[in-house]
Amino acid sequence: MYRVVEIEEVVTETPTIKTFFFRDNSEPQPGQFYMIWLPGVDEFPMSISYIGEIKGFTVKRVGAGTARMHQLQKGDKLWIRGPYGRGFRISQKKALFVGGGSGMATLAPLIDMMPGDVVIAARTRDELLFRKRFAGRKVYLATDDGSEGFKGFAHELVEKLLHQEDYEIIYTCGPELMMRKIIDIAISKGIDVQASLERLMKCGIGICDSCSINGYRVCVDGPVFFKDELVKMKDLGKYKRDKAGRRVPL
Amino acid sequence: MLSFTLNGLRFKNPLILASGILDESGETMLKVIEHGAGGVVTKSIGRKPREGYENPVIYELPYGLLNAIGLANPGIENYGEEIKVAKKGGVPVIGSVFGSTVEGFVYLAKKMEEYGADAVELNLSCPHAKGYGMEVGTDIALVEEIVEGVKKEISIPVWAKITPNTENLVKIAKAVEGADALVLINTVKAMAIDIEAGMPVLSNKFGGLSGPCIKPIGVRAVYEVYREVEKPIIGVGGITYGRDAIEYLMAGATALQVGTAVYLRGIEVFSLIAKEMEEWMEKHGYAHFTELIGLAQVR
Ligand SMILES: Cc1cc2nc3c(=O)[nH]c(=O)nc-3n(C[C@H](O)[C@H](O)[C@H](O)COP(=O)(O)OP(=O)(O)OC[C@H]3O[C@@H](n4cnc5c(N)ncnc54)[C@H](O)[C@@H]3O)c2cc1C
Ligand SMILES: Cc1cc2nc3c(=O)[nH]c(=O)nc-3n(C[C@H](O)[C@H](O)[C@H](O)COP(=O)(O)O)c2cc1C
Ligand code: FES
Repeated sequence: MYRVVEIEEVVTETPTIKTFFFRDNSEPQPGQFYMIWLPGVDEFPMSISYIGEIKGFTVKRVGAGTARMHQLQKGDKLWIRGPYGRGFRISQKKALFVGGGSGMATLAPLIDMMPGDVVIAARTRDELLFRKRFAGRKVYLATDDGSEGFKGFAHELVEKLLHQEDYEIIYTCGPELMMRKIIDIAISKGIDVQASLERLMKCGIGICDSCSINGYRVCVDGPVFFKDELVKMKDLGKYKRDKAGRRVPL
Repeated sequence: MLSFTLNGLRFKNPLILASGILDESGETMLKVIEHGAGGVVTKSIGRKPREGYENPVIYELPYGLLNAIGLANPGIENYGEEIKVAKKGGVPVIGSVFGSTVEGFVYLAKKMEEYGADAVELNLSCPHAKGYGMEVGTDIALVEEIVEGVKKEISIPVWAKITPNTENLVKIAKAVEGADALVLINTVKAMAIDIEAGMPVLSNKFGGLSGPCIKPIGVRAVYEVYREVEKPIIGVGGITYGRDAIEYLMAGATALQVGTAVYLRGIEVFSLIAKEMEEWMEKHGYAHFTELIGLAQVR
């Protein structure tokens, strides 16, 4: 059953990303997600981007559902169910966080809870998400077009940073190809890694199989997966399943 | 205590994964098998790829689930690989198919046989897809023709899954008696309205109810049909704990399917129920589960 929550504040983060703040007495872990229903429009998964008494969803506009959500304002309602899935496991290891695009939304509450350096990556300067959120630590920026910070892809910056510092674990969320590259780097360097994956979700509760990747259900076994699982995901970065369940190239 | 043979197929236990739950991809079915399922039924597969309905397609209730996935499936031509992978699990893999005509069902069933499925389950009963399932499943003459048609064309066992959403349950069961086993029940046609939104929750409006709340309907259906039909019955609907499995057996089921309980208790539900059944039988002095079949029938 859904709970109805009221939007208390909307913050425009980038030209395509907004954060919606609300109150709800659930107690999510970083990396967990909710299903948001906009009656008559759509239902879709969203990570929690702020944890605490005031919670947040940070939403990138990609299709009809998220476009409708971007029209919502203070006082409007959201229908939510969750929290669902397995979140990040906090570790004592020296950490590097790598978020690409809206993937930063998923990582942010984890970063709030533990030390480590941060890489924020985006296509272009205006799309860098949460660049002011993490005060008092090293934040590296990367843009594909070089409009700010490192010019190039996130994984290229990560390789460079790994020469400078002895990171023991990488936490990542972002476009799948970016995560695939970062996981490969972590494997080859013998560094630990946790990644939050994104797949088409219908039920969100582990029964429909639409989100599965190589036998792992992203909605309940993940969305955060650990290194020993990630190494077994042959389809990661290569194949996905479409709405009909066909295995198609990413 | 739990192994048996049905239609010549060897099962290590009578707890088979129900169609439509974690059975679109071969690799997921393998996971379910690793967690103790005695067999797996695939998602219902049709002629063409189908995306299914828009979200929401599922609604969680305190007593079960309401779903209208809309027969989403990759289409039969894309399904061979999934069967091949699922077969690595070493338990019977039953290919579920849906269609709207005799020819349609025959085509799909032959493909399933060709892909290596151990049996075919005809979905004559999905309550929420227009022109399929239940609409087909309540046409007594048509279901009979479908079953006869498929039986003639393939040599692997044919299971007929029928709908509870009819007053003619027993008539339909008799009409499909040509099948090697009957599977009952599918979900019960239902609706939920969100009163804050003032509209039905499912995008399809109607859906199928499953889980603990439909168990009494399933048990009744199995009990009624057992008295009238000679063929083995596979009971499904709300089986969540060992005691539910025992109840279905006593009503007359020979084997069982488990769906919604995967959500309620996790993927390990198959080994959990198997253990609970064994414990109950030990305590009550039964050596094999088949001793329980039809025990509650009052003659
Ligand atoms: C566990 C999980 C957590 C998520 N957390 C967040 C989050 O915190 N913030 C956030 O902004 N998004 C998040 N997403 C992604 C979000 O769910 C989708 O962007 C959303 O479902 C799109 O819905 P829509 O109706 O707007 O687009 P649709 O109408 O479903 O799709 C429109 C178009 O966008 C494309 N599309 C759909 N999904 C994506 C995607 N994820 N990336 C790129 N293109 C896509 C489609 O292929 C289609 O062409 C998360 C997804 C998952 C699985
Ligand atoms: C999400 C979901 C999808 C289903 N899809 C199918 C299907 O494709 N074909 C079918 O014959 N039954 C389908 N069913 C019905 C189940 O196989 C089963 O008959 C019903 O859920 C009752 O059993 P349960 O209470 O153990 O879930 C589906 C059920 C659920 C919950
Ligand atoms: S979304 Fe249905 S199993 Fe994950």
